[in-house]
Amino acid sequence: MRTIAHTTNPGGSDMKARLIGIVVVLLAVSATAACGGGGNSSSSSSGSSASSKTLTYWASNQGTSLENDKAVLTPELAKFEKQTGVKVNLQVIGWPDLLNKILGATTSGQGPDVLNIGNTWAASLQATGAFMPFDAKALTAIGGQDKFVPTAFDTGGAPGMTPTSVPLYGLVYGLYYNKKMFADAGLQPPTTWQELVAAAVKLTDPAKKQYGMVLEGASYTESVHFAFIFGRQNGGQPFDAGGKPTFTSAGMVNGVKQYVDLLGKDKVVNPSNVQYKNGPEAPGDFAKGKAAMLMSQNNADNTLQADGMKSSEYGVVAIPAPSPLPPGGKDVASFVAGINISIFKNTKNQDAALKFVKFMTSPEEQAILDKPFTALPVVKGGTVNFTDNKAEAATFALVLATKAEPLPRIAAESAFETNVGAAVNSLLAQAATGKDVSISDIKAALQQAQDKMAAAGL
Amino acid sequence: MPVTTTPTSRSAGTVPPVHRRRPDWNRRTPYLLILAAILLELLIHIVPMLAGIWMSFIKLNQFFIANWSKAPGAGLGNYKIAVDFSTPIGRALLHSFTVTCLYTLIVVGLSWLFGMSAAAVLQRGFRGRGGLRTLFLVPYSLPIYAGVITWSFMLQRDNGLVNHVLVSDLHLLDHPPFWLIGNNAFVSVAVVALWRSWPFAFLMIMAGMQSIPDEVYEAAATDGANVWKQLRYITLGALRPVNVVLVLMLFLWTFNDFNTPFVLFGPTPPDSADLMSIHIYDNSFVNWNFGLGAAMSVLLLLFLLVVTGAYLLIANRRSRRA
Repeated sequence: MRTIAHTTNPGGSDMKARLIGIVVVLLAVSATAACGGGGNSSSSSSGSSASSKTLTYWASNQGTSLENDKAVLTPELAKFEKQTGVKVNLQVIGWPDLLNKILGATTSGQGPDVLNIGNTWAASLQATGAFMPFDAKALTAIGGQDKFVPTAFDTGGAPGMTPTSVPLYGLVYGLYYNKKMFADAGLQPPTTWQELVAAAVKLTDPAKKQYGMVLEGASYTESVHFAFIFGRQNGGQPFDAGGKPTFTSAGMVNGVKQYVDLLGKDKVVNPSNVQYKNGPEAPGDFAKGKAAMLMSQNNADNTLQADGMKSSEYGVVAIPAPSPLPPGGKDVASFVAGINISIFKNTKNQDAALKFVKFMTSPEEQAILDKPFTALPVVKGGTVNFTDNKAEAATFALVLATKAEPLPRIAAESAFETNVGAAVNSLLAQAATGKDVSISDIKAALQQAQDKMAAAGL
Repeated sequence: MPVTTTPTSRSAGTVPPVHRRRPDWNRRTPYLLILAAILLELLIHIVPMLAGIWMSFIKLNQFFIANWSKAPGAGLGNYKIAVDFSTPIGRALLHSFTVTCLYTLIVVGLSWLFGMSAAAVLQRGFRGRGGLRTLFLVPYSLPIYAGVITWSFMLQRDNGLVNHVLVSDLHLLDHPPFWLIGNNAFVSVAVVALWRSWPFAFLMIMAGMQSIPDEVYEAAATDGANVWKQLRYITLGALRPVNVVLVLMLFLWTFNDFNTPFVLFGPTPPDSADLMSIHIYDNSFVNWNFGLGAAMSVLLLLFLLVVTGAYLLIANRRSRRA
C-alpha cells in the first residue's frame, strides 16, 4: 500500500497526504452539518403533478392497514376519474409519519395537491400559510358550508379565520369491552372511573397473559388524547384563555397520572403495551381476549372485525370519569376527533382539487366511505351506518353530542400534541420498567414539554 | 495522479520553448479533473451547510416554514437557548451530548478492536478463510434499514428472539426485560451500531495488512520475536496510517449516526439513547423549531471540526517524530 511508504519518508508527499486528509475530513464534516441543519423532506419525490389532469392525494390511514385504505379508495378514485377526467395518484400515509410528512411538504413547497389531516392540527397547519383557505367562492365550489354538520365544520381552523380544511370523517372515543369476559366475571360495564379500575383489576391475570385494559403506549397521539380527556375530567385545561400552555396545572398533572396509573399503580395493563403504536396490536389483543377493555376511536371496529370479533361480542360505553368529579372537572369522554381534508396552496390544479374535495365530501361518497372506515357522518342527513350494533351506534352518537369537547383550536395545538404526547409516552415507559411514577415526575416531564414550546415561540 | 504529473512539469522547464504550452496544460489538468466534483460538492454539501448556518440565526418556526424569507432574525437567540444549561432544553442537549460521546467511544473502540482481532486471525491462510471473510462482511453489505429493523424485531420484549433465548431457552432471567426503552436502550443501540460498523474496520485493516511483506515477519521470527511482539511492532506499526484514517472515519460516522437510533426508536428515543443527530431532528422537525435545531447543528459542526482538527494535528506530529 502506497500510504505506508509515504509516511516513512518525510517531506512533500507527507504534506500532500495531510492535505488530502484534511479535505476528506472537511467534506465528511460538512456532510453531517448538511444533514442536521438543512434537513430534507421525505416528500419531495412525490411533488405536485405537472399535468393538469392529475392530482396527488395523501390519504391518512383509516382502514385496517395501508393496503386496506388503498383497496377501499381505489374504486372511488376511479369513479371520480370517470366523472371528471381527473386522475388521482393515491398515497396512504400512516399516522406516525403523517404530520412530519405534511411539515416537510410545507417547508419545501413540494407537496400533494389534496391531503388528509388530523382535524386537531387544523389551526396549527393554518398558521403555516401553506394551505388554501376555503373562502366563500371555494366553499360554493365544494357544495356550500351548509352541507356540513356545524360542530364538524368548526374544526376547520382557528375561530374567526377562514378555514383551511373541511371535515371528511368524524370520530370519537369510546370504551370497548368484551361482553363475555365481563359476564363471566359478573361485571357490568363501568359508569365511573373507579368501577373501570375495579373491573380491570378483577379481569387481570398476568399468569394467563390476560389484562384488564390495553393501551397504545408508544403512540404520541393516543397519549396526548388521553392527557386531554383525563385532564379535563380532573379540571385541567392545556391552555389558558390567552393561549399560553398550562400543562403543569394540577388538573392536567392529575389527568396524566390517572392514565399512567393504569399501567403503574393499578397494574391492569401488560407492560409490553408501551411498545404498541397506532396499529393492529392493541385492537388485536382486545379481539383475541388478551385484554378485556380498549379505549379507542370508533374506527377500531374495522380492525376488531378483521381480527374475527363480531360486533355482537363487544359493547361500547362512554369512557367514564372519576366520581365524584374532581373540582372543576367535567364529564368529558372524548374530544371532537376526525379527519379533515385540505388543499395545498401552491397546487397547480386548484379547480380539479376543489372538484375532488366536493366529491369526497358528497353525501353519496360519505355514505360509501363511512362504512369501511367506520366513521361518523360529517355531512347533514348522514346516519351512523358502520355498525349493525344499534347500542354501539347510539353510544358514539351520544358521546359526540354531549361528552366531546374540541381540542383547543390554536396554532400551538400540534406542538402540544407532539410534546405532551412524547412526555406521556416516556412516563408510561418508566412505569413499565418498574419506576414508581410520582406527581412530581409527571410535573417535571410536562414542564419540559412546556419549555420546548416556549423556545419555539408558542 | 499528482505523483505522475509533478516530475513531468519539472523536467518540462528544461525543454525548448516550442513545447512551452504543454506544462501549462499539465498544470491545469488536475484542476479540470476535479472541477465537476467541486461544483457538485458545492451544490450538495456547501450550499445546504450555509443554509443551515443562516437558519440558525433566524426564528424559523411553524409560522414561517412555508415562507422562510419572512422569518425574523434571532441574532444569537437560538444559540443562547441551546447552551443555557439552567433550562430543560439546554440540560437535555448536554445530556444528549454526553450520551453521544459515550456511545461513540464504545462503538469506535470496540469496532476497531473487533476488526483488528478478526483481521489478525484471518491474516494467516487456512481452510475456510474466504467463507469467514464473507460472513464478517454481511452486516456491512446489508441495507441499513433492513439490518436495523431486523434487530428491532429481535429486541421486542414479548416475541423478540433475544428475550426468547435469554428467558425461555437459557433461563438466565426470570422476567423478560425491555430492550428498546429505559436504560437497556443504550446497550441495544450500541450493540446494533457495533454490529454495523465493525466489518468496515475489519475490511480496512485487512486491506492494510495485505501490504505488509511476509519477509518482515519471517525476519522478526528469526530474531526471536513472538506473535505478540510481531503484532505490536510490525502489524500495528505498519497499519498506523490506516488506523489514523479509520478511527477518524468511524468517529465521524458514529457520532452523527442517525439511521440506527431512528429505525430502532422512531423520532423520540428513550433518554438513555438520546443521540445528538436524533435530538436535533426532534428539536427541528418534531417541534417545528428549525432555527433552534440549526443552531444545535452548527454547534455540533464546530465541535466535530475542533476534535478532528486536534486529532489530525496530533496524529501528524507524532508520525513526523517517528
